[in-house]
Amino acid sequence: MVIEVLAHGFMQKALIAGIAVAVVCSFMGIFLVLRRYALFGDGMAHVAFGGISIGLVLGVFPLWTAFAASILGGLGLQKLRNSTKISGDAAVAVVLVSGLAVGVLLVSASGGFSVDLFSFLFGSILLISTEDVMLIVAISAGIVGTLLALHRQFLHLTFNEEQARVAGLNVTLLNYAFVVLAAVTVVTSMRLVGILLISALIVIPNISAIMLGKGFKKTVGISILFSVLSVVAGILLSYYFDLAPSGTIVLVAVAILLAVLAAKSAGLVHGRRAQVARSTP
Amino acid sequence: MPVTQILQTRNVTMRYGSHVAVDDISFDVAEGDLLGIVGPNGAGKSTLFRAILGLQPYDGTIELFGYGPDRYGSLIPLVGYVPQRIQFEPNFPATVYDVVSMGIISNKRIARGEKLIRQRGYHWNRVYGKIGKTEDKIAEALKMAGLESLRDRRIGELSEGEQQRVFIAKSLVKDPMLLILDEPVTGVDVESQTRFYNVIKRINEENGITMVWSSHDLDAINKYASRVACMNRKLFFHGDKDQFFADEDLLKTYTESTMQMHMHDHRV
Repeated sequence: MVIEVLAHGFMQKALIAGIAVAVVCSFMGIFLVLRRYALFGDGMAHVAFGGISIGLVLGVFPLWTAFAASILGGLGLQKLRNSTKISGDAAVAVVLVSGLAVGVLLVSASGGFSVDLFSFLFGSILLISTEDVMLIVAISAGIVGTLLALHRQFLHLTFNEEQARVAGLNVTLLNYAFVVLAAVTVVTSMRLVGILLISALIVIPNISAIMLGKGFKKTVGISILFSVLSVVAGILLSYYFDLAPSGTIVLVAVAILLAVLAAKSAGLVHGRRAQVARSTP
Repeated sequence: MPVTQILQTRNVTMRYGSHVAVDDISFDVAEGDLLGIVGPNGAGKSTLFRAILGLQPYDGTIELFGYGPDRYGSLIPLVGYVPQRIQFEPNFPATVYDVVSMGIISNKRIARGEKLIRQRGYHWNRVYGKIGKTEDKIAEALKMAGLESLRDRRIGELSEGEQQRVFIAKSLVKDPMLLILDEPVTGVDVESQTRFYNVIKRINEENGITMVWSSHDLDAINKYASRVACMNRKLFFHGDKDQFFADEDLLKTYTESTMQMHMHDHRV
């Protein structure tokens, strides 16, 4: 039955793009979750909404304007955190609502929501073109390659920023590189689950994996496995039961998280004693 | 003549607004020293360390290996730092091995630092640098810190004393010439403290790593340090350990000022 489904070109494209996005969201997401940037994805996606609206109004390919808006939004967010005393979550909120406001303003001025805009808001994985698939796979490969090259530095930065600085890492430059990569990840992944649900793919598989994995590599591996499983199962289930793929993917990820939590509380998974480290003086 | 001072501070003063945290401090640390810095809470020890590491601005002069802060980017791989506590996400998915591996420095950066200190007449005795494979370097650092059996445990599962030894191993794996330890065993049980002290003594004696170590524990300073600096915002003493512990007036002044600080802390 699954083979029959795979005969459809649109399903092949959806699964290829979906798996690429699942891998990249998990890998990038582990750093975002551990740095308490869980809502960063949401913020960047809303800024991308503003960018998409600009693209649609100007008649430019909306993905390019979304990339530009998100990267600028990410850099602005980092600048806001560095040069003011605004906390991380408040800074995300400022950038998020600014992006959304720009989008709403332009959409209303241009006569309301179009089909294109809906597809970005809620995802349209079954409608993507071969060119889109190639773009998503190429950008995802680029992000994964960069993360592989910089993962030791990002891990140090995520573990403790001051220790990374004392180790001689260029923390400021790494932080900027980090937000640019995260912004590109979010925009690349929007076609799968949409602006409104992108955070789920970044956050949920990683929360599940952190409860199971011991070391960093194993945790990333488990997170990628859960993420790919959610995407593949979500796409197939949505096909058979005629459901929205984005919502189905996210609900599969949530089901995996609940299963991990249940296994943990039933003692099937080794529980960890959380140690609250005291603050550095 | 080659310079033998690894660290030199001259007239270092640091302020938080109008409050003077470090007042006109000058001292040297020679190669191979295990300098114990004693002083009550709020004496400015941590603040001074942050200046030495280039993390906080100061007035005066600090030189590492004869170079000013403009060369810190290249020289910092030669310095290890273990603060009182390193704050991290409690469920951080990293094993002891992962954390120690964060300390690995690239060969390019090592070469840059090595070139600079050679120009000042230093030789970097790279104990782990001679080991080719990264895995072997990490294994050696774990062995030195007595952590082989904890290699695959998650960092958040360990006791505070064990965590501090992990951070020592993380500093060791980059082959530092200078190790700065800021009250590294505060709040750690006595048995872990003894293990920790034995590790740092062994590192100092066997690997020849110069150390600057702040502590409240005069007994430990007496047992393990080779030289002592005593400060309470100002520097009251800097010299040989035996000389410090033979000076009863100095010891009395130190104990009284510590007690006063302690009582003040409790009143506040």
